[in-house]
Amino acid sequence: MSLPFLLEIGTEEIPDWMIVEWLGHFTLHFKELLRSNSLGGRVIWAEATPRRLVLRAEDVIERQLDSYVGTVGPPKSAGQGAAVGFAKKMGVAVEELTTDMTPKGEYLVARKNIPGKPTIQILGQLPEAVLRIQWPKTMYWTAKNGPRFIRPIRWVVALLGNEVVPFEVAGVKSGNVTSGHRILGSAQIPVTIENYEQKLRENFVILSAKEREERIRAGIGRAADDDLLRTLVYLTEYPSVISGTFDPEYLKLPAEVLVTVMKHHQKYFAVYENGQLANRFLAVTNTDGDPDGLVRRGNERVLRARFNDAKFFWETDQKKKLADRVADLAHVTFQAKLGSYLEKTDRIKSLVKELGGDSNGVRAAELSKTDLTTELVKEFTELQGVVGGLYAREQGEPEVVWTAIYDHYKPVSMEDSIPRNRAGQLVSIADKLDTLRGCFGIGLIPTGSKDPFALRRAAQGIVKILVEGKLRLPIRKLLNNDAKLEEFFLDRIRYYFKDIRGFQYDEVNAILASGWDDLVDVEERLIAIQAVRPTQDFEPLAASFKRIQNILKQAQFTGDGGAIDASLLEPGPETDLYHEFQNVRGTLANLPYRPALESIASLRPKVDLFFDKVLVNAPDPKIRHNRLTLLHTLLAEFSTIADFSEIVTNT
Amino acid sequence: MDSYQEIIFKLKKYWSDRGCIIQEPYDLEVGAGTMCPETFLRVLGPKPYRVAYVQPSRRPADGRYGENPNRLYKHMQLQVILKPAPNDVIEQYLGSLAAIGIDLRKHDIKFEEDNWEAPTLGAWGVGWQVMLDGLEITQFTYFQQCGGIDLDLVPAELTYGLERLTAFLQVKDSVYDIEWAPGVSYRDVRFADELQFSVYNFEMADVGTLWKLFDLHEGEAERLLSAYREISARLNPAGLITEASPDEKQRFPLLPAYEHVLKCSHLFNTLDARGAISVTERVAVIARVRKLAVGMAAAWVDSYMPPFASAELVDERSEATQ
Repeated sequence: MSLPFLLEIGTEEIPDWMIVEWLGHFTLHFKELLRSNSLGGRVIWAEATPRRLVLRAEDVIERQLDSYVGTVGPPKSAGQGAAVGFAKKMGVAVEELTTDMTPKGEYLVARKNIPGKPTIQILGQLPEAVLRIQWPKTMYWTAKNGPRFIRPIRWVVALLGNEVVPFEVAGVKSGNVTSGHRILGSAQIPVTIENYEQKLRENFVILSAKEREERIRAGIGRAADDDLLRTLVYLTEYPSVISGTFDPEYLKLPAEVLVTVMKHHQKYFAVYENGQLANRFLAVTNTDGDPDGLVRRGNERVLRARFNDAKFFWETDQKKKLADRVADLAHVTFQAKLGSYLEKTDRIKSLVKELGGDSNGVRAAELSKTDLTTELVKEFTELQGVVGGLYAREQGEPEVVWTAIYDHYKPVSMEDSIPRNRAGQLVSIADKLDTLRGCFGIGLIPTGSKDPFALRRAAQGIVKILVEGKLRLPIRKLLNNDAKLEEFFLDRIRYYFKDIRGFQYDEVNAILASGWDDLVDVEERLIAIQAVRPTQDFEPLAASFKRIQNILKQAQFTGDGGAIDASLLEPGPETDLYHEFQNVRGTLANLPYRPALESIASLRPKVDLFFDKVLVNAPDPKIRHNRLTLLHTLLAEFSTIADFSEIVTNT
Repeated sequence: MDSYQEIIFKLKKYWSDRGCIIQEPYDLEVGAGTMCPETFLRVLGPKPYRVAYVQPSRRPADGRYGENPNRLYKHMQLQVILKPAPNDVIEQYLGSLAAIGIDLRKHDIKFEEDNWEAPTLGAWGVGWQVMLDGLEITQFTYFQQCGGIDLDLVPAELTYGLERLTAFLQVKDSVYDIEWAPGVSYRDVRFADELQFSVYNFEMADVGTLWKLFDLHEGEAERLLSAYREISARLNPAGLITEASPDEKQRFPLLPAYEHVLKCSHLFNTLDARGAISVTERVAVIARVRKLAVGMAAAWVDSYMPPFASAELVDERSEATQ
């Protein structure tokens, strides 16, 4: 008989952003538990709210099928004595022995019946499965060394058909009693698999995340912001949307500040009308409406207080211009050993000049850190840079300057865009480069997951700006030729092209091995190699290059500067290769990367023929040396775009 | 409408009815109720404990000269420690809101992730900020570590922001307008110290003097803690505690040492407000205070005062000190 199954882990409120991933891992784990125990069954859904993790399966068999284990014994021809002995050893009666035909003859087989276990008993492994799936940050609550989970487990429903699957997890016994919405529902609700969702609904829990999302979407209309929406779906069990307003007077504050307060601090959706921020907000509550308007009024008051703070800071900060704040940066330490932000500002300024920045870039650099002394940034640290840009605009700085200040922390992630103009790009690079040089200089090098100064992000940002801003700056020189810093950067460059841009890892390795001082050039070479890679000659040629490299390595031949002696070349494949090589070499200099690579790939038939017909290790040392020189020259000349031996081939 | 003090009375009564000792505020400057010995030291060790107290909490950087309607140099926290946390701790907490007249069926309450960490105390826990109609009214934390030590029993710490909660209940936009007692406003009681301490902390505190004081208190705390460590090493050379704490340990002035640690913490906050400590320099100063706090917690656990630990758990105790 096959049965439905339901598991609900009831917890205290789980952080919204962790829920979906955990549930996915748990579902996989549960499927594996069914599969490895031959329990049949299929998971029909997995759902969660902040207070419950739920999995539902169908067609789980009631008990495992019996199975048979056959043990092959002596050949039948060994006689009755051997059969009796074998049966005795296997604990079966002689007449129960069967035989199997094998290529070597007929053999006795003892079959033993392994009775299947009841599924309900096997599902007793669930606690281990539940506690085993990782969370980003766990806690213990029963006592030291007790089980760890994301938040305390408070109840468990585990039903197979109509029966409770009995077990205990973190001291909580499984049962058939769930709990409703904290405030609106009943705390103790007996359920069956059939009425589970209905009972929850009656108790103000909408189990389906999709349904909760639809409820929210219906209330917010076009104000949808996917990140915030996802958060709120997993922050509520019974979401309702309320709409509130604020005094239009606050719209005089920059939209950036208002939206940050609403979205990040209060988790409200900002509302736009005709492309303009309106004096309204939408809040998602975990309630069944707000008939008296109490919740709305409460939220409006909180927002008013927040906006008042922001307004106060905005007005206070304006009393002192950014330009007059530069000197104050002497009192803001950047890092104990690396001095104040004033010193950092001076370094950023000279770096911007060094990178070719004009007077606007230098001006932006000079003012870039001054917003750290403003109250608004102290309050909304996530708006650093942005606030500086806004103040610079108010204070009449040219657009190119204020936008450069505004953007100079960009990109804050790999999804973020780079600064919109050259001045901003240069200030951003200079700022990050200064941090990197400084920290590496005093040994603050990230290890493992420890990266308190976010140096990886800084390096990643520089790479992104250089490539996407098409800035041909000599990166290695900028890194002061510091070997550790170069290695660190190389990792970031690899990550960028491989994980962010999606180039194959071996292509990235091949290109970087031929130089990475100019990242715009690296990108061009990568695009070329990616395009040429699928052509028929490319991979075989790459394999040949690897072969050449191995031959040279075995011969310990690193080139002695000698030229190829054409007179020593054997007519036929060797001479043909040499001529072809010279032809190709002659055309390369003026070709863009892609045709250049195609041209190199066109060597393939000649290279193949050479290896087919010509013995590199010729008995005559002079000829041998000449052949090695030929191969070495060929390799050296054609490795300036990419080191083909890095390409992983199937040949 | 309940006055501010009436709300406090009701909360104290509520928690008293649930087995909490009602303590009075600790008579030293602290940044949060967590730093009082009633929390910081009591959460250590295996002995269950329940306590509630109002703690005036000083955060020099938050001072606004009495001008900002929501921000205070010194605010009052109601600190509740339930050690270990009962299974229905959240229900009990929600009950306390009902006890001060909040009809939760008419409001929106959410538990939003907010893990608490106090680097200067070597303490952290996981939990939530409790949001009532979008207003953070309580910090709810399951302590995990204190003074760098894994806790034997996991306490729940509930920290209520009393001014905010009262402003919410009295529907006031400014904490200064809340009614402290009938006919007496919060402004009447507190405005002067908000103004004068803001002036002191932001404008007049002498940085040199504060650093000197910081060094002096740090020195005294360190002197006492190292003296204690010598005694401990002499009495328990193997680092194991095998019997009830000897008198010599019990009479050692660790609690006074802790007061010097608290002084350091407050001086650090004042220097910070004065703008004398940069963002990155903070790390080093925090490490100095943390070192004292961690040393204090280790010594406290080692000293094993009978009222704080029960004899049958002695062996388990020793694990934590190693």
